[in-house]
Amino acid sequence: MVKADIVDFVYEKVGFTRKEAADAVDILFDYIKNILEEGEDIHIVGFGSFNLRNKCERIGRNPKTGEEIVITPRRVLTFKPSRILLDLVNHQL
Amino acid sequence: MTKADLVEKLAEKINLTKKQTEVIVNTVFQSITDALNQGNKVELRGFGSFRVRHRNSREGRNPKSGQKVTVPAKKVPFFKAGKELREMIDTNKDNPA
Repeated sequence: MVKADIVDFVYEKVGFTRKEAADAVDILFDYIKNILEEGEDIHIVGFGSFNLRNKCERIGRNPKTGEEIVITPRRVLTFKPSRILLDLVNHQL
Repeated sequence: MTKADLVEKLAEKINLTKKQTEVIVNTVFQSITDALNQGNKVELRGFGSFRVRHRNSREGRNPKSGQKVTVPAKKVPFFKAGKELREMIDTNKDNPA
């Protein structure tokens, strides 16, 4: 499934033009990106949460050559699925 | 930020009522949920992709009693941030997390 499919669902559900539905979906994802970029986590009840984590510097290894390299400190995004989503994909609901 | 906050801010941005905006936001997350539930993956350009990963069953231990238990195989929804989002987040790591 790609974004165009999501746009179709919104289009069918809301009764916008397809263009309006596409714009709304774009604005939603752009906004979510902005929130995360600004350092704020996002929780969607029944779906899951997007959390930011700060990683310290550590020593890694190139698995091919065995060479040690320094992994710089960075910030990463993790997704934690909600209990509801987790149970759903395991077909317990 | 919760879904309610998201809906409120977004309603102002796209000039719709909160009710309409909520339907849009719900539809988007519901469609991703449905796709994962059917075992499909969802790819969103510039954002990331959602897919379901399979975890094999494994031997675990009850941390209290030390007793061995079998943790059953399960499926786990997994999100991988796209390159653009990953870089955006890392470049702005000085913003409070």
